[in-house]
Amino acid sequence: MVHLAKVPNDTEMQMGNLPEAVKKISLQLSNDEDSFTTSVYGSKFAAEDLPKHEMPDGEMPKEIAYRMIKDELSLDGNPMLNLASFVTTYMEEEAEKLMAESFSKNFIDYEEYPQSADIQNRCVSMIGRLFNAPTDHQEAGGAVGTSCVGSSEAIMLAVLAMKKRWKNKRVAAGKSADKPNIIMSSAVQVCWEKATRYFEVDEKLVYCTPDRFVIDPKETVDLVDENTIGICVILGTTYTGEYEDVKGVNDLLVERDLDIPIHVDAASGGFVAPFVVPDLEWDFRCEKVVSINVSGHKYGLVYPGVGWVVWRDAIYLPQELVFNINYLGADQSSFTLNFSKGASQVIGQYYQLIRLGKKGYRSIMSNLTRTADYLSEALTALGFVIMSKKSGEGLPLVAFRLPDTETERNYDEFALAHRLRARGWVVPAYTMAPHTNDLKMLRVVVREDFTKNRCDSLITDIRYCQQLLEQLDKDSIKRQEEFIRKHSMNSGQAKHNHPRFRKEKHSIQGKHGKTHSIC
Amino acid sequence: MSLARHELVERLHNAHLTENGRQFRQKMTASHLTPYGTKYASETDVPKFKIPKEGAPADTVSQLIRDELDLDGKPNLNLASFVGTYMEPNAIQLMTENLSKNLADNDEYPAMMSLHERCVSILAHLWGAKKNEKAVGSATTGSSEAIHLGGLAMKRRWQEHRKAKGLDATQPNIIMGANAQVALEKFARYFDVEARILPVSKESKYRLDPELVRKNVDENTIGVFVIMGSTYTGHFEPEKTGIDIPIHVDAASGGFVAPFTHAQAGGSKWDFQLPRVKSINTSGHKYGLVYAGVGWIVWRDEAYLPQHLVFELHYLGGTEKSYTLNFSQPGTQVVAQYYNLIHLGFNGYREIMENCLRNARLLSKSLEASGWYTCVSDIHRRPCAAEGVLSGAKHAVLGEEGETSADYVAGLPVVSFRLTDEFKTEFPHIKQESVSLLLRVRQWIIPNYALPPAEDATEILRVVVRESMSLDLLDRLIADLVSVTQTLIDNDEVDLSILQKQKPAGDSRLHRDAMGKRLADGIHRSVC
Repeated sequence: MVHLAKVPNDTEMQMGNLPEAVKKISLQLSNDEDSFTTSVYGSKFAAEDLPKHEMPDGEMPKEIAYRMIKDELSLDGNPMLNLASFVTTYMEEEAEKLMAESFSKNFIDYEEYPQSADIQNRCVSMIGRLFNAPTDHQEAGGAVGTSCVGSSEAIMLAVLAMKKRWKNKRVAAGKSADKPNIIMSSAVQVCWEKATRYFEVDEKLVYCTPDRFVIDPKETVDLVDENTIGICVILGTTYTGEYEDVKGVNDLLVERDLDIPIHVDAASGGFVAPFVVPDLEWDFRCEKVVSINVSGHKYGLVYPGVGWVVWRDAIYLPQELVFNINYLGADQSSFTLNFSKGASQVIGQYYQLIRLGKKGYRSIMSNLTRTADYLSEALTALGFVIMSKKSGEGLPLVAFRLPDTETERNYDEFALAHRLRARGWVVPAYTMAPHTNDLKMLRVVVREDFTKNRCDSLITDIRYCQQLLEQLDKDSIKRQEEFIRKHSMNSGQAKHNHPRFRKEKHSIQGKHGKTHSIC
Repeated sequence: MSLARHELVERLHNAHLTENGRQFRQKMTASHLTPYGTKYASETDVPKFKIPKEGAPADTVSQLIRDELDLDGKPNLNLASFVGTYMEPNAIQLMTENLSKNLADNDEYPAMMSLHERCVSILAHLWGAKKNEKAVGSATTGSSEAIHLGGLAMKRRWQEHRKAKGLDATQPNIIMGANAQVALEKFARYFDVEARILPVSKESKYRLDPELVRKNVDENTIGVFVIMGSTYTGHFEPEKTGIDIPIHVDAASGGFVAPFTHAQAGGSKWDFQLPRVKSINTSGHKYGLVYAGVGWIVWRDEAYLPQHLVFELHYLGGTEKSYTLNFSQPGTQVVAQYYNLIHLGFNGYREIMENCLRNARLLSKSLEASGWYTCVSDIHRRPCAAEGVLSGAKHAVLGEEGETSADYVAGLPVVSFRLTDEFKTEFPHIKQESVSLLLRVRQWIIPNYALPPAEDATEILRVVVRESMSLDLLDRLIADLVSVTQTLIDNDEVDLSILQKQKPAGDSRLHRDAMGKRLADGIHRSVC
């Protein structure tokens, strides 16, 4: 099959086979209106503002829209250097791919995506068993649990369940049920305050002291009264990462024969403690613990968008809160504040659970604990006071502050945080929970991708920044801080905050100056 | 999400394992050639109830999960759901790249926050926010969260109002139609508000009846939930009630349809142009054309969002306000929403919505032409008395040329239909449900619902025409619908009820009375 082809000469090439008359027509296409060009940056869109407040009338080619948004997003911070957040920023490629493939699945659509729902059920079972949920009494219904968007939703569901259960009990006893309260540490995450506010439950706070950053079991149990719907105990406070004494609270409740449920907020600690300190009794092994929440997107090692809540037994979850979706004959009960949502994260969680296994989780958590210990040692050597626990007695994070000195120092923890920020590190500074003499601190969260190597660069930078600050006088530090706040920090420049809601006075933060920590 | 129960019975999967196999398994290490060469390929069960002791290689696990997910339905053939199942490759790429971003972390992701802000602003403008009012809004996980937030704001405002006057504020109630989605009822249940669910009827076109609303409003009414595009029949609700009670418009499905179509909302106003509409929510993942996981809520003015509910987060000297039920949540859907808004533009959305409506009309007309079905939805009908005889005749003849949705009754691109009365008399043995069941065998999911209480004797089949329902696919659907119906006609008395009684795989418990009460009290649930 060989075809011989003639190679045209130049004139032939120019003329082609078109008749003379056609060749004379010259098309005059206007390219002002033409939005399609060969390159993104050669299009008119590159020279125009992106639409910000109103929808554009015309379309934009998809490559250009993609590139413009991608470029815009490159201004976001580098997650690797963000030591403020617990939220996972690394997953394996295979997991990412699996998640991307599941984007179009609507998690609530049980009938259409039964397998995704089944995968959730498996995760609940695994997590429940990890927390030692009793699995022997089949009659009462056994342990139940559900996935959520995050721990906030999980906590709201748990509070709702405790409130309803208390209310039902009170109404049945013919007593008033309009003054519910819940006992919690003043170091709680902001979503607890939200939950109490939105569901109209009074908060009874157990305050921290300058040398104790967790709740005191006795003080906690002393606060119990007939209107108490439950006690929140935190497994790993966001400030110092310390585990609160669940067993202590539990034992006191048992001793005093009080029928008060405990909810353990294990948002960060739930995937750490079972692997690093398996003997610590904080979960369903304590009989008063009725529900536990954990964030899959923290040490569960999944991208944001998944949390879990498990109840010891179905009786702790009042029937009227559960909605059944009866759809094409299939019945699926659900307890959620959201409805439609993506299924990707739940699938990502199952991937991690079976991919890593207990061994994998344990080795990752052990590495993190080691790195955190190493950082603590290094910071102690630099003269800082370490406020967090070491060797797995708390979360793998390092909370530290400047040492107390006789003479007044020119700078504080916030100034150091700002200097570090100028070098790219996001190390947040906080004012501690109320009643701790306005103790300030810095916090480094050791996440999966924070290796020893990176830890060393951080230590070097902390030392440089400290040295620099020591050479400066008070005024120039202040000026610098102001400058950094205005120009290199993003939230300082934020214009989207509504002036009306600025400086609220109703939260613990508004009242006491405690800062809510990001988690 | 769905509640899962611990599997209590230990599976006896070891039973089939021979001694040889057990030894073989032990020899198997993490090294392997393909996913199907590992221990999970045959000898070992994939862990289902307990986190395994040892892990497994990444490619194996992802392949196993992928294989298992093949048992899920095909999103595109699910005609029950409004939720978006198609996005362009560029959008998917953008979403994958931003999978790790946390919407709650504004300091770390300022660029994403600014996209969020732009989306809110674009939506507020789209819904006719007034220049002199300061609209506020937020992204949510979906319309449910948005509805909770909207309802909570109304409740709080009412409480503040009552307390300022020294009146009792313990018995709030909220008004909604029985055609409301489950999220609205859930709000009432979870936030201790009495739900006054008003019946809908054929006379009110299965919508909230303003007359009934007027009768049920009292001093304890915190507001009215009005649905823009009912999930049952896709009708838009008339939003004028004439009483000064705040209205929250649940435009979960309609918020991205009405503004774009030529028909608008059928001439009546529904958005911030009505002074009583204080807040509107919509689902970005429905006709906003984004994958599941994004909703929006906008208040017409900051005054309608009580300060008491907003929390400030101080963070390295900066502050962030937040009013959400979720905290850390993915931000990637917000990015995708912005992509759609600027990529498609107004014209792009209009074209897509008009296409959806055109296809929905075609489906409706074909169904009615068969003589077997009649449509409960009205989008394929011309507004009565809107035209003179002459132009009406002209339309009947010229019809198809250049017509738009404006020539028809406004509504969502949803077709609800039922068997005609004549058909039922002629073939009394055919249950409408069977149509749905047989179509399911051909992979189509078309649910068969009962209409809201008071009208629940009427059952409807419902098809949601989404972006990805092209003419070609529609053609197949119509052919399948016809052939399924013909099959039913040809075969007397087939009992298909067993199809319905199927249990989920692995469930061997006794069937309880779940199927007994088709419609419990209150709101009937439809997936949306």
